[in-house]
Amino acid sequence: MNETILTPQELIDRFTRTFGDLVSDPRIQIRAEGAKKNPNTNIWMTITRDILKPAISMLKEISYPHLSVISGWDVGEELRMQYIFSIYFGERHGEYMVIFTVPLTKGDLVLPTITDIMPGALFTEREKQEMFGVTITDIPDGRRLFLPEDFPEGVYPLRKDETGIPDTMVKHLWEVGRPTNRPVPPVTEKEEEPKDDPEEKTVKNKENPSPEAEAKTDE
Amino acid sequence: MSDGTPTKKAPYVVPIGPIHPALKEPVQFLFEMEGEVVKKADFAPGQTHRGIEWMGMHRNPVQIVHLTDRICGICGVTHSLAFARAVEQIVDIEVPARADYIRVIIAELERIQSHLLWAGVAAHELGFDTLFYLAWRVREESMDVIEYITGNRINYGLVQVGGVRRDIVPDQHPTIKKCLDGYRDLLGKMLNLFLNDTTISIRCKDTGLLTFEKALELSCVGPTARASGVVKDVRVDYPYSAYGDLDISPILPSAYGGGINGDVYDRIVVRLLEVAQSVEIIETCLKEMPDGPILWESKLPKLLSACKKAHGEAVGRHEAPRGECLHYVAMDGHEAPAMWKVKASSYSNLHSWIPMLEGEQLADVPIIVASIDPCLSCTDRVAVLRGVKRDLMTKEDLHRLSVEKTRRIQGC
Repeated sequence: MNETILTPQELIDRFTRTFGDLVSDPRIQIRAEGAKKNPNTNIWMTITRDILKPAISMLKEISYPHLSVISGWDVGEELRMQYIFSIYFGERHGEYMVIFTVPLTKGDLVLPTITDIMPGALFTEREKQEMFGVTITDIPDGRRLFLPEDFPEGVYPLRKDETGIPDTMVKHLWEVGRPTNRPVPPVTEKEEEPKDDPEEKTVKNKENPSPEAEAKTDE
Repeated sequence: MSDGTPTKKAPYVVPIGPIHPALKEPVQFLFEMEGEVVKKADFAPGQTHRGIEWMGMHRNPVQIVHLTDRICGICGVTHSLAFARAVEQIVDIEVPARADYIRVIIAELERIQSHLLWAGVAAHELGFDTLFYLAWRVREESMDVIEYITGNRINYGLVQVGGVRRDIVPDQHPTIKKCLDGYRDLLGKMLNLFLNDTTISIRCKDTGLLTFEKALELSCVGPTARASGVVKDVRVDYPYSAYGDLDISPILPSAYGGGINGDVYDRIVVRLLEVAQSVEIIETCLKEMPDGPILWESKLPKLLSACKKAHGEAVGRHEAPRGECLHYVAMDGHEAPAMWKVKASSYSNLHSWIPMLEGEQLADVPIIVASIDPCLSCTDRVAVLRGVKRDLMTKEDLHRLSVEKTRRIQGC
């Protein structure tokens, strides 16, 4: 890809130098697995909504990023949107995950579209609109993605407040009652004859056969 | 393909799906046609939504691991591995090295069976049913080995948070090796049948083109991206599990000697060569598998209480047969995760249908649609309920009947 490869710390420094206080809580998460413990790198940064697009453009200058997905997390008073990118793919063991967290207050759930910089983001932006109730301004295609047409407006499945899934929309399996008005299955007559044999056998093995055998035939 | 003859008629719209013989899973397409040529393509996924993410946020991580097995029928280990890796990072669990190797072995077996399944589907879409039968017959051998290792053909239930649930013991090696040798012998034949066949070449070369730029812009993943020349393979780029220990490189269509066109033919090349790569990976892993435990903690209450205390967020990734699969998990000290986002591989690839389909003929739609190996059940997860079919039965009625039938069969 590019001629110079930044270290995770250099990458964070470049962002903090350009955007100053608007980048907060940068951290590098390194995970080593396998027998040889080769490390992989995840870089997390919290950024404000205003620098979302400049930050992605800057990432694009460093190395063309791959947008995995935009995720969200309803933490109560705010919604945190995670823009999950990876850069330097194609370098053996050299890929970094770069994750921008954009906090949004519940009263102002608006984000700019990034489809003009990353056309592949359309899918996930459409999903964020329907699942979290975030408005993506200037989105080229604002239709629903996964939810059916007749899904009620104003219900956002992945929110955890009053706009989330109400209890009335949840179907509990255990509340499905036993059928009362069904015809008797046609197998009942068959059951009587073969049932006798195994019952007698089990009864013989037990210590007090007579009361149990009677009880069972009554049933 | 299109000779560009202008037609006097206005473009007419051809809907295909949600249920259609050419589609293996439900998705709705709308094509604006001009003669036989697709002018504009659009599609609506979401026909198999099950609300799995929402369900997961009401369950504990051990329950979710088994739920993830069921996201996709083919990628039985992909989602559970990605999810387990995310949780392991949050809880700070060190997975025993032996478990990492077993995870890789089963993931590669899954790749073999998935790519062969796809090869069969592709042959079938082209009307080459003899090849379809051959591909699916040889696929059975990998399914048998998967069953031999995990006990199941699908929904393996092998991955657990902190390791794997079943070991691979030396007594099992001969059976696995026999299967791998079978594939090695077979590969030449498969390559010959697929790539030197005139009909397949005519139908697949220059069909469903996806340029390098488009693949990069649309963030495509897996064989779809690699067939367009995007060097991207999570197994190589981002060392995780035992993949970091292996000496592997991404497979591009140029490995078969040709150039990189980004057409359907190139996607066949990449997938078939990846079967060979998987065979090598499994052999290496069997040879180099270290001894030791296979679980970080075998007592589930201990594991769950560790998960319950954890705070934080992490992403777990895995290179599924179709490309990068990513799970984002956030935990905030409760039993259930605070947030769980599943990004299946096809989620990133479906977009590429539109540039691939536009300008193609209607008869090429099935093979192009199939060429990205779409897995819609993976992608469609989130709907919580659906009223469906206004004038027929509601889902509730169907569901009630289904539950009743289960009860009747069980006799309770």
